[in-house]
Amino acid sequence: MANLNMYQEEFHPSPLVHTWLEFRKSHIAVLGLWVLAFFISMVIFGPLIAPFDPLMQNPNAFLIEPAWDANGSIRHVFGTDSIGRDLLSRLIYGCRMTLGLSILLVFLSMLVGVAIGAIAGMSRGVRSSILNHLLDSIMAVPTLLIAIVIVGILGVGLVNSMWAISLALIPQFVHNTREVVRAEMQKEYVLASQLDGARRFHLFFYCILPNMYEMLVVQCTMALSVAILDVTALGFLGLGAQPPSPELGTMLSEGLKVAYKSPWSIALPGSAIFLMVLSINVVGDGLRSALRNRLSH
Amino acid sequence: MTALLNVEELSFIQKPGGSWFKKVSGFQLEPLSFSLNAGETLAIVGENGSGKSLIGKLLVGAAKPTSGNIYLNGQKLSERNLKQRCLSIRMIFQHSNESLNPGITVAKILEEPLLLNTQLSQPDRLKKIDETLNLVGLLSEHMFFYRHMLSDGQRQRLALAKALILNPQIIVADEPFAALDPSVRSQTINLIMKLQQDLGLGFIFISHNLGIVRHISDRVLILQNGKVVEKGKTDAIFNWPNNEYTEKLMKSHQSLVTPK
Repeated sequence: MANLNMYQEEFHPSPLVHTWLEFRKSHIAVLGLWVLAFFISMVIFGPLIAPFDPLMQNPNAFLIEPAWDANGSIRHVFGTDSIGRDLLSRLIYGCRMTLGLSILLVFLSMLVGVAIGAIAGMSRGVRSSILNHLLDSIMAVPTLLIAIVIVGILGVGLVNSMWAISLALIPQFVHNTREVVRAEMQKEYVLASQLDGARRFHLFFYCILPNMYEMLVVQCTMALSVAILDVTALGFLGLGAQPPSPELGTMLSEGLKVAYKSPWSIALPGSAIFLMVLSINVVGDGLRSALRNRLSH
Repeated sequence: MTALLNVEELSFIQKPGGSWFKKVSGFQLEPLSFSLNAGETLAIVGENGSGKSLIGKLLVGAAKPTSGNIYLNGQKLSERNLKQRCLSIRMIFQHSNESLNPGITVAKILEEPLLLNTQLSQPDRLKKIDETLNLVGLLSEHMFFYRHMLSDGQRQRLALAKALILNPQIIVADEPFAALDPSVRSQTINLIMKLQQDLGLGFIFISHNLGIVRHISDRVLILQNGKVVEKGKTDAIFNWPNNEYTEKLMKSHQSLVTPK
């Protein structure tokens, strides 16, 4: 067959394009995607956009109102906090910290969890059970509580809380991966590949992984929203990121002290967290149905 | 001249029992022998649970025989070496739908056996996929399709293409036409018979549709409860059955075919 493309109106979308075509049908999901894209661009380009250093204190500008207030100025669009730091810059850096860290954590625990789950799903007997239930005790306790316990042992700090959260996220990945792998291994096309001489490695990446995306997307978005809430909650409680650093939860707890004088200092980080989690859930939901519909019509 | 495939005293015993959690019912396939020449069709007929599909599985290596040997061109097939076996004996599964991976494109489905068993380069593989698709009456464009976009008949053709792509000598088909409507079924049968003639394939056909069996097979093997009750030329068995069970089968078939 020559590489000549005679019928140019013929269109063979790749799997990715298929998913996008399906995804685009849901307007709410697309809106969520825009919001999420906005936050992610903040994560990537934050330092270029932020007008001030998030840690710089301006002694001449304590608690300035946002720009839309009568007393506000356009210099500080979202106003300043009680020690004169620009809120807009802190919010941008806060998104960078909270969302960026959460994505990193979820990615890490996904790699570990899927690897363990895949090995557990493809092996049998005692080994499979041990791998599967290795981290089960963690699931019995809410993630936030585990994080608090681990922080209690290792000491307060952002890095320690990161370890705690990623450890708490792993078991869900292990269980779901094992379930899916188990189910797929029973299917006839896996047997067919085995008869073709496929080894485990090939079986997993060629036969099982393409049928696992739906589960991974659902699990990742759930884990991502849990991670964001945990990172901010630990920051809020003073167990995670420590005060000067611009983390959304930490900003909330600092703003709480002056909540009556300047409500925007808690309203802004709070709504940033809210929008972030909402957009992630909406996008995840849209992606899931897009992936499912891709294989049904 | 040695036959293409020679099966000697092949048997399989599944002991009843199992563990607390999983009960396994026992099954015994009595030793059976048969041989198959190139270009010949052997049909295996029997009721449900008579061990028809098991024979297919034993032949392709999906199940391990308790005793007995399988010789291909006079050479003994080892149980371990599945690669050698799948190059020459290929299986078409009962449900073509389930034997095709829903998550990848047709091109990838067909590429898999090539990737695992040959040293062809990427463009060569594509060429081979294209040729095989055309051979079974599909179009090159179907490469980009997914399983769910194909009709049942096309899926059956695809399953056939997957079996043919390694240039096998023998194809084992386990009830390949069970889910097809009559017109598509006869299309597929004609396709298979044509390919068999062109490529000189040995064809083992597991079915309980006696009409098709009579139409396409040269020889028949009749199974009942894991025992071969009768084997021989199709014509002879259909016209002069020796066994009581075979006779019943033929009568029921005749009563369907001939109008009263």
